[in-house]
Amino acid sequence: MVIPNIAVDAVRHLGAVAPDWPGHPWWHWVVFTLINIVFILVMIIGVIYIERRAIAWFAARTGPNRTGPFGLLQAIADAIKILLKEFITPMNADKIVFWIAPAVVFAPVIMIFAVVPFMNGAMLADLNIGILFVVAISSISTVGVFMAGWSSSNKYSMIGAMRLVASVISYEIPVVLALAGVVLIAGSLSLNDIVLAQQTVPFILVQPLGFFLLFVGGCAEINRSPFDLMEADSELVAGFHTEYSGMKFAMYYLGEYGEAVVMATIISTLFLGGWQWPFLPGWLWLILKIFLVFFTMVWTRATLPRVRIDQLMAVAWKFLFPLALINLLVTALQVLAGWPEDLLWLMGIVNYVLLGVLILLWSRMYKVGWGRIEV
Amino acid sequence: MQLRTEPYVLDMGPVHPSTHGVFRMRVTLDGEAVLNLEPVFGYLHRGVEKLAEERAYSGVIPLTDRLDYVASMTNNLAYVLAVEKLAEIKVPERAEYLRVIMSELQRISAHLVSIGSFTNDSGCYFTPFLYMYREREKIVDLFDMVCGQRLLYNYMRIGGVSQDIPDEFLPALRKVVKHLPGRINEYDRLLSENEIFLARTKGVGILPKETAINIGASGPVLRSTGIEWDIRKKDPYSIYDRFDFDIPTGEAGDCYDRYYVRLQEMRQSIRIVEQALKQIPSGPVKADVPQLIRPPVGEAYGHVEGPTGEVGFHVVSDGGIAPYRCHIRAPSLMNLTGLYDMSVGWKVQDLIVIFGSFAITMGEIDR
Repeated sequence: MVIPNIAVDAVRHLGAVAPDWPGHPWWHWVVFTLINIVFILVMIIGVIYIERRAIAWFAARTGPNRTGPFGLLQAIADAIKILLKEFITPMNADKIVFWIAPAVVFAPVIMIFAVVPFMNGAMLADLNIGILFVVAISSISTVGVFMAGWSSSNKYSMIGAMRLVASVISYEIPVVLALAGVVLIAGSLSLNDIVLAQQTVPFILVQPLGFFLLFVGGCAEINRSPFDLMEADSELVAGFHTEYSGMKFAMYYLGEYGEAVVMATIISTLFLGGWQWPFLPGWLWLILKIFLVFFTMVWTRATLPRVRIDQLMAVAWKFLFPLALINLLVTALQVLAGWPEDLLWLMGIVNYVLLGVLILLWSRMYKVGWGRIEV
Repeated sequence: MQLRTEPYVLDMGPVHPSTHGVFRMRVTLDGEAVLNLEPVFGYLHRGVEKLAEERAYSGVIPLTDRLDYVASMTNNLAYVLAVEKLAEIKVPERAEYLRVIMSELQRISAHLVSIGSFTNDSGCYFTPFLYMYREREKIVDLFDMVCGQRLLYNYMRIGGVSQDIPDEFLPALRKVVKHLPGRINEYDRLLSENEIFLARTKGVGILPKETAINIGASGPVLRSTGIEWDIRKKDPYSIYDRFDFDIPTGEAGDCYDRYYVRLQEMRQSIRIVEQALKQIPSGPVKADVPQLIRPPVGEAYGHVEGPTGEVGFHVVSDGGIAPYRCHIRAPSLMNLTGLYDMSVGWKVQDLIVIFGSFAITMGEIDR
């Protein structure tokens, strides 16, 4: 009986039982593909709920509380509503590109979860180039957004898409350099190995600067406030998806929150110890950590205004990039000096002092220009 | 390699999230930089000035509500001041105090809306906006108490105010006045030193002093350039000469100064309300003025310091029951004439912030 075996095995791997993975039978792919898709969709519903309720609390209002208990079914109600909406294609749109773009944005989000461990070894594929895969695949969404902006034949869409491309190209660099620090300490690109390396100390304590860089750069890459310039609602109406409606719009909506989930997952896997923590089963810890990171993103969104496009670029190149280089250099020296595993906490203290000094220093040196051109 | 680029025209509005109504800007852009800007308005034109000629003097007051609909009280006041000057009507003491209290509360509530929508334009996702509305709600409740309306109050009358305040009003007002300064300090802390907010507003959209005077700017827009001009001090109407308050001014005339002048003005308004609360006498609230008045032939100009600037009504009488001509001086419109000079050369995002810093109301601009 294959099917009961699948069920038992899936439960065993997602539960608290220590896994003993028996090779790679064909249903391994089926089970984890299904798990990934269900996981990402459920997580998207979860983060949408958190976003709406938390931002409502920050803004001293109630938020959705009518659909289901505590408004938990609001996302589903929205989905039903949006499915019934007409999908309008603008007359001058490049129709084929206009139709493909939403899928190009959403597909990479699911693909990334292939390399994310829910438990020790419980993942679709334990790639030995895991982080590289994540960085490469997450960049595909940008192409989809640019396709949308280009094909809509709308100026707001075009401005939004251009802003996104500019910001992603810039922020990719500090983000990758921040990831490199973690890779140096863990000695592996595989996400599973990186989580296992955080058995004693989560890397947020060892690599505070790396965490800071990844969090800020990540917010910029997935276009969350204060870097949400590509769909700046007060300026560009809705940015790159101004012309989209109905289910196509829903794909962008899902894609956007899916990217947020991905970024929160990467941050919690690389810096917060992934599924590692006592008492609760690992996958539950992972979910809780994702929600925690996402909540912090909502917090910044509720508090800060939006930066300007030239300031966005300046933050990437003048602020984050030098810090990322210094972080990588210091980490490399520490690893080269053969810092013993049981003294990681000492390395953490050193790096925290470094973080404080560097950020103070750079914020003194960093000046925002006035940004006016002569006409 | 030389890329061939050319400027393009972007129609912002009339339907756009940040145009505060139905304002339209035809913006010529080079990438993100604004090369040219052509404001187009008139989408909300209702012919208020012409309508006023068809109504009795007292019937014009509801029309003034609908000009600057976030500051109905001061609009009412400017109009009734003009008519009282024309018909030489003396207003009872208590009514004067009520007018001052209502005007200052209106100023606070309008500034709260201005600052809230300004932060929204600069990209705060509704948090400060809703904080501001939370405080405005309390003031709107007070207005609801005195005139039964929450937006278009129609409270002032020729020769006084429509009705006396209920008994529960003064305790409620004292509570609000006691509670507000703390909240304003909180918003000051949240916004005034926020690094991103500073980066977006400091030095952006500078209005030079001379330009401000030449375009006839008034209110916070003028005061932000450093000119100490406030009609409450310079030409005291009603009983403003009895109160002790300061005129906050800016230095640079940039978006930040316009925001900060508004924030400080709220504190001054609270000071005025506190003083008025101590002095308010009892007595009638309306002079004995009939519904239909026939002022002598002549003309009069009544102006007040509204939240956006000098609100003025020039009323001409031919001896009939309706004004022969009623011209409205709309401060938002006057201030907005500086938009081109302030925004050319900045980016699209700055344009939205500069536009938001005027705190215009389209009802007043299109009339």
